[in-house]
Amino acid sequence: MSTHAHEELQGAEGFTLRTYLTGFVLCAVLTALPFWIVMTGAVAPGGAAKATVVAFAVAQIIVQTVTFLHVNARAQGGWTLLAYVFTAVLLVITIAGSIWIMYHLNLNMMPGMMHAPASGQMP
Amino acid sequence: MNHPGSAAPVFYVQEEEAAVHDAGTMLGFWIYLMSDALLFASIFATFGVLSSSFAGGPTPHELFDLGLVAVNTAILLVSALTCGLAMISMHAGKVGATRAWLAVTGLLGAAFVAIELHEFMAMAAEGATPQRSAYLSAFFTLVGTHGLHVTFGVIWVAVMLVQLGQRGLHHENHRRLMCLSMFWHFLDVIWIGVFSFVYLMGVL
Repeated sequence: MSTHAHEELQGAEGFTLRTYLTGFVLCAVLTALPFWIVMTGAVAPGGAAKATVVAFAVAQIIVQTVTFLHVNARAQGGWTLLAYVFTAVLLVITIAGSIWIMYHLNLNMMPGMMHAPASGQMP
Repeated sequence: MNHPGSAAPVFYVQEEEAAVHDAGTMLGFWIYLMSDALLFASIFATFGVLSSSFAGGPTPHELFDLGLVAVNTAILLVSALTCGLAMISMHAGKVGATRAWLAVTGLLGAAFVAIELHEFMAMAAEGATPQRSAYLSAFFTLVGTHGLHVTFGVIWVAVMLVQLGQRGLHHENHRRLMCLSMFWHFLDVIWIGVFSFVYLMGVL
């Protein structure tokens, strides 16, 4: 029990040079590609380019979570992963929900009710 | 009451208690990081809603120097690697190597904050201050909150360098360094969101 708890705490199996270097190289690639796409205009600015940037960001977040933060189903009896997934759900609801609601509020605002043009031109 | 030759009775668990306590600290710190992620989620949501509310002020195209952001991103990514190397040295019981990698991590973190402050000053000099538009308010709140986190991370690194110098790699410092490492990697994860959604999406 004691040794088991110790290993769980230290997560020694996750702290190998190989894991960190793999994570680092993957992250370097996943960072360089979106910067290259945006700075050179390799993908024409628009929906496709935005989707590509988001895809690279999500991929890199997952890579860093696994290789740097060592989140897995075994650590802390699974509670780390559970808290992480719960946070991710709340995060998506908060961000996507806010943008969705506020976008439609802007669209559905009756012209007569607006004293200033849309897109935040408050006095 | 002891029989001769037997050890003194112990009515509490000696070994496991420390380990369980530490595991609790690690899980507790993780829960803190997750709540911090929710703080960032609300700031990201605010930024997302206000991301086109320029009020006739400067737009991302005029504001951002993507080259500088790329340099800053690289600095933070390398600091994540050096932080990992410090953890590996710690598990190997090498105090000197742990302190050296930790010092490199702290210096890279300080460089990140310095470049970010330079960027903020340059923007302010052009009149792009938080009060210029809702977009800029949200921008400075989001990027500034992350920068503040990194600043406190650098202070934490400095404190740990002193602790390691005075007391070495004892059990408590082991646990503190694990938490510091989690904090540092967490900030790098948040930065992925910042450079993708604020800077790259901003100019697309």
